[in-house]
Amino acid sequence: MFELIGVAPQALFGQLLLGLINGAFYAMLSLGLAVIFGLLNVINFTHGAQYMMGAFGAWMLLNYVGIPFWGALVLSPIIVAIIGMIIERTLLRRLYHLDHLYGLLLTFGLALILEGLFRRQYGSSGLPYDNPLPGGTNLGFMFLPNYRGFVVIASLVICLATWFVIERTKLGSYLRAATERPDLVQAFGIDVPRMITLTYGFGVGLAALAGVLAAPAYQVSPTMGSNLIIVVFAVVVIGGMGSIMGAIVTGFGLGVIEGLTKVFYPEASSTVIFVIMAIVLLIKPAGLFGTAK
Amino acid sequence: MAEALLEVRDLHGHYGESHVLHGMTFDIQPGEVVTLLGRNGAGKTTTMRAIMGLLRKRTGSIKYQGKETVSLAPNHIARLGIAYCPEERGIFSSLNVRENLLLPPVVLPGGLSVDEVHELFPRLEERRNSQGTKLSGGEQQMLAIARILRTGAKLLLLDEPTEGLAPVIVQHIGEIIKTLKKKGFTVLLVEQNFHFASTVADRHYVVEHGRVVDMVPNDKIAENAARLETFLGV
Repeated sequence: MFELIGVAPQALFGQLLLGLINGAFYAMLSLGLAVIFGLLNVINFTHGAQYMMGAFGAWMLLNYVGIPFWGALVLSPIIVAIIGMIIERTLLRRLYHLDHLYGLLLTFGLALILEGLFRRQYGSSGLPYDNPLPGGTNLGFMFLPNYRGFVVIASLVICLATWFVIERTKLGSYLRAATERPDLVQAFGIDVPRMITLTYGFGVGLAALAGVLAAPAYQVSPTMGSNLIIVVFAVVVIGGMGSIMGAIVTGFGLGVIEGLTKVFYPEASSTVIFVIMAIVLLIKPAGLFGTAK
Repeated sequence: MAEALLEVRDLHGHYGESHVLHGMTFDIQPGEVVTLLGRNGAGKTTTMRAIMGLLRKRTGSIKYQGKETVSLAPNHIARLGIAYCPEERGIFSSLNVRENLLLPPVVLPGGLSVDEVHELFPRLEERRNSQGTKLSGGEQQMLAIARILRTGAKLLLLDEPTEGLAPVIVQHIGEIIKTLKKKGFTVLLVEQNFHFASTVADRHYVVEHGRVVDMVPNDKIAENAARLETFLGV
C-alpha cells in the first residue's frame, strides 16, 4: 500500500506523530485563547509570551531551585497564571468597556515587553531542557519516543477535561452563561469580575502548561511563543472564536494536516494552515465551529 | 404603615451623558404587587436596572429591608434577596432548559424547590433537555420567571413579562403572579398592558420622564381611568 503512494511508512508515521505533537500545542493554546476570548472579549496576544514563560518557569525551577520536570509541570503554570491574574486586575480590566482593539494592543505590547526582558537576560539562542522520559517504544510500524507519546496523551487529557468542565458542569454553565450575558449572571448573585480574573488565569495557566510540556520537546527560547502564536491564531480563526470543541478538534486536525503536507508536498508545509484559513474565511467566516455574533 | 421592603428616594440615573431618571420616589410594602406604568422611554426599565445595580451611574437612595444598596455591585444586591427577570428574558442559548433553571445560585433560604417550580410550570420539566432559546416565547418567559423563584429572593423585578405573548399565555402569567403573591413573594412589575396590570397588582405608580407622577391603588382604578388614559395614551 505504501508503495502505491510512494512514501516510506516510517516517514509517514513519523511526520504524523510530529503533526500530532504540534497539534497538541495548537489545541492547548487555542483552547486557552478561546476561553479567554469567550468571557473577556480580549484577543490575548500575550498568549505566546505566557507559553514561553511557562517553559522558562520550568527551566528556572530546575536550574535555580532544583525542582525537576514533574514538579515544574504543576508549579510553573500556577506561577504564570498568578502573574496573568495580576495583569488582568491591574491592566486588562480597565479596557473591557472599550473596543476589542485596545485589549489587543495592550496584550501585544505586553508580549513584546516580556519577550524583550527574557531575551535580554537569556539571549535568543535557546536553552536546553533534559528529556524527563528518555527512551522509546517500538510499535512495529514505527519507533515512538516515550516523551512524545506522553505529550500527545497528556494534552488530549487536558483538553478533554477542560471541555468536560465547561460543557458539562455547574461551574461551566456559569462560564457559558457569563459569556453570553455577564451583566445578567452578575445580577443573579455571581461575582463575575472575580470569575473573569480566574478565567484569564486559567487560560494563561493552560498556555504555561503547554510551555512546560514544550520545554523538553523544543528548546527553551524567548521567541518560542511568537513563532507558534501566529499559527495558533490561524487555528483559532479556522475553528471559530469562542468554540471549545472547535479549538481542540482544529488544533489536532491542523497539526496532522501540517504533518501530512510535510510528507506529500514539503514546500507547502509552512503555508498550508494559512491557505486553509483563507478558504474557511471565504466559505464560513465565523469559523468551522463558530457561530456569528 | 409597616416598614417598606423597598424604599426608593430621589433616584437619578444616567446612560452615558443622557439623564434618564429624574428623582424616582416610591415604596413597595412586603407582599405587595406593584406596577410601574408609563409610556415607552419613561424610565421604567431603567428604574429596575438601577435597583438591580445594573445601571452604573445612579444616585439617590435605594433601601432594601432598610439597607442602602445604591452603591453596591449587582451580585451583592442579588444576595440580599432581589431577583430580576429582564424584558428580553435573558435565556442562555448555550444552556439547556434545566441548566437555565438551575443557573441562579440560591442566595437565601425559603425559595421554591425544583419540584415546586415544576408544579407551577409543568412544561419546563417536559422540555428540560431542550436548548434554552429553542423554547417558544411564552415558554422562555416562564423559564425566566421560574429560575428566579428557587433562589430565595423575596422581591421579584419582572420587566414586561407579558410583552408579545398570546392572550392565553398572558392569562397564565397573571395566574402565576397571583400564586406568587399568595406564596409571600413581593413583585415589582413593569407593564405597558394596563388592563393586565389591573388584574394582578395592588397599586400602580405612573412614571413619566423619569419620575413618579401619580400613585393609584388598584381599587380606585375605575374612578381614575380617564386620568390614567392621558398619562398612558399615545
